[in-house]
Amino acid sequence: MLKFLFKRLLVLVPVFFGVTLVAFGFIRVLPGDPVEVLAGERGVSAERHAELMTQLGLNEPLWQQYLNYIGDVLQGDLGTSLITNRPVAEEFFELFPATAELAICAILFAIILGIPAGIIAAVKRGTLIDQGIMGISLAGYSMPIFWWGLLLIILFSNTLNLTPVSGRLSFLFEVEPVTGFMLIDSFLSDEKGAFKSAMHHLVLPSVVLGTIPLAVIARQTRSAMLEVLSEDYVRTAKAKGLSPLRVIAIHALRNAMITVVTVIGLQVAVLLAGAILTETIFGWPGIGKWIIFSVFSRDYFAVQGGLLLIATSVMVVNLTVDLLYGLINPRILH
Amino acid sequence: MTSLTAKTSYSVRSQQWREFWFYFSASKTAVAGLCFLIGVVLMAIFADVISPHLPAEQYRDFTEIPPAWMEGGQMRFFLGTDYAGRDMLSRIIHGARLSLIAGAIVVIMSASIGVLLGLVAGFQGGWIETIIMRVMDTIMAVPGLLMALVLVAVLGPGLLNAMVAIAITYTPSFVRLTRASTMTELNKDYVTASKVAGAGPMRLMFISILPNCMAPLIVQGTLSFSTAILDTAALGFLGMGAQAPLPEWGTLIAENRDLMLSAPWTVTFPGIAILLAVLAINLMGDGLRDALDPKLKRS
Repeated sequence: MLKFLFKRLLVLVPVFFGVTLVAFGFIRVLPGDPVEVLAGERGVSAERHAELMTQLGLNEPLWQQYLNYIGDVLQGDLGTSLITNRPVAEEFFELFPATAELAICAILFAIILGIPAGIIAAVKRGTLIDQGIMGISLAGYSMPIFWWGLLLIILFSNTLNLTPVSGRLSFLFEVEPVTGFMLIDSFLSDEKGAFKSAMHHLVLPSVVLGTIPLAVIARQTRSAMLEVLSEDYVRTAKAKGLSPLRVIAIHALRNAMITVVTVIGLQVAVLLAGAILTETIFGWPGIGKWIIFSVFSRDYFAVQGGLLLIATSVMVVNLTVDLLYGLINPRILH
Repeated sequence: MTSLTAKTSYSVRSQQWREFWFYFSASKTAVAGLCFLIGVVLMAIFADVISPHLPAEQYRDFTEIPPAWMEGGQMRFFLGTDYAGRDMLSRIIHGARLSLIAGAIVVIMSASIGVLLGLVAGFQGGWIETIIMRVMDTIMAVPGLLMALVLVAVLGPGLLNAMVAIAITYTPSFVRLTRASTMTELNKDYVTASKVAGAGPMRLMFISILPNCMAPLIVQGTLSFSTAILDTAALGFLGMGAQAPLPEWGTLIAENRDLMLSAPWTVTFPGIAILLAVLAINLMGDGLRDALDPKLKRS
């Protein structure tokens, strides 16, 4: 196991440095030099320009600048936001729980509906139920989620008046941030109704963000189950007279889950990309909305830092999934 | 002799084609997807002829007219009009052009670069392969839409830049796929035979190996086509893709977003257009995969 972990980490190192190169290069390839970017449309005098260039170390050779950048990154310094003047890493980690909460709820929604749907479709293979489930999941897979979000707002928030349109919590409540997870924080607070309000705010964004993972999980569960159900040991289990439920739930599902877990892990990148759209639509104060705002307000240091941190979180999650995969499928460790 | 070879290869090809069609047409949904897609393509080609109005024509006296079947709707504006009195149906029909072309160009760009790099990586091996694959790993480490956004921030917003950005994010999957199939094919007898016969690396890569790697690439190309349409629309929706007067589907949704509650049809129909086009391509892609994947063939 340790050897396996070590091997995976070794592969990640060049990728991490690749991403730092992209993040470093991003500011350098923008039109104009970083000082002009910093100054924005106001511009700076020639003397001030030269002064800032020296101060920011931009007169040094490019490789030296890169080494400085790497040094800063490894010490946790990802630069300062041009808009708020706060460290980028600090802003990121402040907003991260909001995105994490949304992503976790979305993936739970996808798993809770997707796995049973896939199992049912596999067991009822070829029937109308199977075709229906697969048709719906293909539609979900093809969904432009920014539009899906707007549609659900029109339906549930406007027409039926069931859910709020944006934000994480009603303005009526003021909840002290403890964990950054609104569900937990509002549950811990003594404000009545805050938890319910947080739940209400979370429903539509989770459904929207979870739609594509749901479709992918349902499809993958079905094909994994079909493969497993045709295996000899499943036939043996059936022949021994075990109840169909036991065969499906214990013999088949456990093995089918091996592929499904990998697929779920791969959805993390999908979730983070989807969070950009979902958070924009629902005014959800997380990483996705922040990075869009940073791109639009030309806060390039925030974009640079965000890029690196998001890529790193994807890598960390993928590594975790790899390890989990090694645990449930010990065959690949050798 | 030559004509005989030509004839044989022709009949082999038509045999392959017939076999492919036999498996592909077995799936009714795939054929339905193909037919729908052909319809959308025809609609895009003949957009000028079939759309009832010009896409940018503003009927100032007819703003926010609902679709024909709703109260206050008019047959003249079958899917209604937007805030400027532009006919939604005509804008969507013309938008099909932009979305389909954008999707196709993204696939062509990413597939041609990806296949080339994948062939070189698989064929050459060594440090060239290592560099190519690490660069691809890096691109894949960043979620696609975020990478595209950052690239558009560098290149500047616009449909063309959005296409380039999306194409870059799609390249790694083509590289990986081509490299993997190249490495499998490389050890087969027919490649050794043509090597012994004195074929150069170019001939080996493009004439011997590439045609035998095509099946998974075609499937990947189809699936990328549908996601390219989605991503182009997403960038358009975020204001980073096609810019406002252009009737690209995502941009249409973005420009009408403020009317979402007062005139929901201006947001609903462009989205349905995206959904149906993407769904049709995905149905077709599923059919293609089943038809081209030898593992699933029953023979």
